[in-house]
Amino acid sequence: MAASDSRLRVRKDSGVTIVEFVDRNILDEANIQMIGDEITSLIESESSPKLLISFANVDHLSSAALGTLITINNKLRQKGQLRLANIDPQIYEVFVITRLNNIFKIMPTTEDAIKSFG
Amino acid sequence: MPPSHGPESIERRIDLTNDRALIHRAETEVLGALDQFGYPKAAKFAIRLAFEEAITNAFKHGHKGLSASAPVRVELAVGPDQVSIAVEDQGPGFSPGDVPDPTLDENLEVPTGRGLMLIRAYMTRLEFNDAGNRVRMVFERNDTSE
Repeated sequence: MAASDSRLRVRKDSGVTIVEFVDRNILDEANIQMIGDEITSLIESESSPKLLISFANVDHLSSAALGTLITINNKLRQKGQLRLANIDPQIYEVFVITRLNNIFKIMPTTEDAIKSFG
Repeated sequence: MPPSHGPESIERRIDLTNDRALIHRAETEVLGALDQFGYPKAAKFAIRLAFEEAITNAFKHGHKGLSASAPVRVELAVGPDQVSIAVEDQGPGFSPGDVPDPTLDENLEVPTGRGLMLIRAYMTRLEFNDAGNRVRMVFERNDTSE
């Protein structure tokens, strides 16, 4: 999917689909819905997707964004793998507070995440 | 009158409709007030997150079924040591104690229901009115971390 109004940058490396966010703040529900739909399309276009979501440019995210990540994780569990990477320490704290660091595989860097796929 | 002293506090009352541009403008105003008192990055992160979650809850849950033009009222008071943000919607209200704990194992994979717990985690205290349609969030400054 390469819509001109996409809020994502998508590329492939070593068989891994790498998704980065255009926006520094993932707060707006309408944008989050669009991001979720776009990532779902990426997942559905592959039989066994390896998806890496990078938060390299992200300063803020909301609970709605966390909800979208959970939905993506739930969808991927049946047929693929998900990694998160490059999470700012303040945002990582949000994952810890919500205990979502227990359900996501979070890697320090893109390189670490790519290597971690089975 | 002493020269060049900043304000003792900044107080604003803002009526917001569910329009992203207006919400963004209000948020910019909050962050600007925090900057005037030199609040550190971690405090700004916490307050911004709580503000976003409270506004989202007000429109998404409080105003469910109401007209999109129904405003949510925000009362902001920023001082050197404390920030208070009250958010009041026009809905019927809710009981905060009835909101399930999203950190329980059985709720971890439920995509919704984390806004209130994040507000609680990042703000010093919360006060609800009896009807449950107004929350006042207080952040007390403690610059031990940047």
